[in-house]
Amino acid sequence: MDTLYGIFVAPFADFAFMQRALFGSLMLSLGACPIGVFLMLRRMSLSGDAMAHAILPGAAAGFLLYGLEILPMTIGGLIAGVVVALGAGAVSRFTIQREDASMAAFYLISLAIGVLMVSIRGSSVDLMHVLFGTVLALNNEALILIGGIVAVTLVSLGIFWRALVAECLDPLFLRSVSRMGSPVHFIFLGLVVLNLVGGFQALGTLLSVGLMMLPAAAARFWTVRVEPMCALAVLIGFASCIAGLLLSYHASLPSGPAIILSAGVVYFASILFGTRGILRARIIHHRHRTA
Amino acid sequence: MTTASLTFRDLTLGYNSHPAIHHLNGAIRKGSLTAVVGANGSGKSTLMKGIVGVLKPMAGEVVRAPGVRAAYLPQQSELDRSFPARVVDLVSLGLWPRRGMLGRYTAEDRAAVSQALMAVGLGGFEKRPIDTLSGGQLQRTLFARVLLQDADLILLDEPFNAVDAKTVGDLIALIKRWHGEERTIMVVVHDLDLVRQNFPETLLLARQPIAWGETREALKPENLLRARRFHEAWEENAPWCEPDGHDHGHDHGHGHAHGHHHDHDHDHGPRAA
Repeated sequence: MDTLYGIFVAPFADFAFMQRALFGSLMLSLGACPIGVFLMLRRMSLSGDAMAHAILPGAAAGFLLYGLEILPMTIGGLIAGVVVALGAGAVSRFTIQREDASMAAFYLISLAIGVLMVSIRGSSVDLMHVLFGTVLALNNEALILIGGIVAVTLVSLGIFWRALVAECLDPLFLRSVSRMGSPVHFIFLGLVVLNLVGGFQALGTLLSVGLMMLPAAAARFWTVRVEPMCALAVLIGFASCIAGLLLSYHASLPSGPAIILSAGVVYFASILFGTRGILRARIIHHRHRTA
Repeated sequence: MTTASLTFRDLTLGYNSHPAIHHLNGAIRKGSLTAVVGANGSGKSTLMKGIVGVLKPMAGEVVRAPGVRAAYLPQQSELDRSFPARVVDLVSLGLWPRRGMLGRYTAEDRAAVSQALMAVGLGGFEKRPIDTLSGGQLQRTLFARVLLQDADLILLDEPFNAVDAKTVGDLIALIKRWHGEERTIMVVVHDLDLVRQNFPETLLLARQPIAWGETREALKPENLLRARRFHEAWEENAPWCEPDGHDHGHDHGHGHAHGHHHDHDHDHGPRAA
């Protein structure tokens, strides 16, 4: 009993920084995982990755001007992300170019600007925090910011849920009954940016998209409806955060990668054992009903 | 009763400055059931998109009578069949005009969904994932959604594709029921026998209306022959269509409702032909 306590509870009970890390990452999962589900269902999984890269110049600009301060870097990242998301979204909505191509173009330009700005300042260890995150050093400001982002995300999802589902399921139909199609697309892209920015202090710009996509991708193997899929993705996100933080604590591993890798383990397990996974489809599927 | 549900005023619709519907004038009478017939590329689907408003006119306008709500079943749906949704989720989208984005679905709504599914012969399909439906079943599901939209103007673009004979019969019966309820219906159809048997009025298109009116008149052999001679391809260097002597915009071929014998042979834009 003591060993179990020592492994699972003591790290969080004894250390305030672990409590903050846990609290921050659980909140992140709550907002980011449902967003990830919709990104996946809209076949924009890689767009999330592109957006994460696109945030870099904004964060770098904040870093150049104010040093390693959370607020300027966050606002910078937010601006860069919104510019790229709106720019790429507008190009795909109003021209013949599809979103994958316009997104690639915009994020590459943005990434190049970011790298350029970073090189002006010269190399810095601090910058590693931007790229790879510092979930174990989340301060109050960061936690409040994450909390705000989660609240905005959940409220927006609640309001626009039906339009978002309709826009994914049958966009032409939505356009024939309502003018919500384009606004809801941009609102959604805004939420993606918001959650990536919220994640980058904890997990870094490169890995924050991992907490968004991996639980969603894993949840896809278990259910055929959107609502349970989002709930399951959040649960997988929670489990990954707890497991990742414990792993990082006990094995002295960097916490960001540990969290994402935990989600990766769930993903592979889901591929194999999910109700819509490989084993179920290939091996157990020999029996069938008469009608 | 000759109130117009839809009025076309000098309507030109198309892509990349090439018209697919060229200077269309006329009106669709409220409560009419019109078949839209024509060769591939004659502008049938384009006209539907123009009426619904997903394609903006290059010139002219489509005027809906005030308060007319449209339901549209496209030929090429952008439906994502891999989306994790059940039949009931897809059909429930048809509640949008009534409930909008935020309105809660009531028990009454759920009953309406079931009834709509029943009406297209898919009773009990509520919980089926949409990726397990056959092509014809999906088409009937979409019909159920149109049914649920409870629209005054119903636009169906080739609704009988990939649908077996029995189901075509069921769907025709449904269309006739709508017709009986004084809804205005336009259907793009290829099967001329089906049109002759079931549709009182026909619009024969070949970029411009070749004939428009009572089906028997509109589908006369000489009209069909003229429609068939229509040249499908764009001509890259077709001359620009300039406004000229015949004043497209005003009181020309509308202000009267359909149902009579007139051949709408406006013969517009001869220089572009």
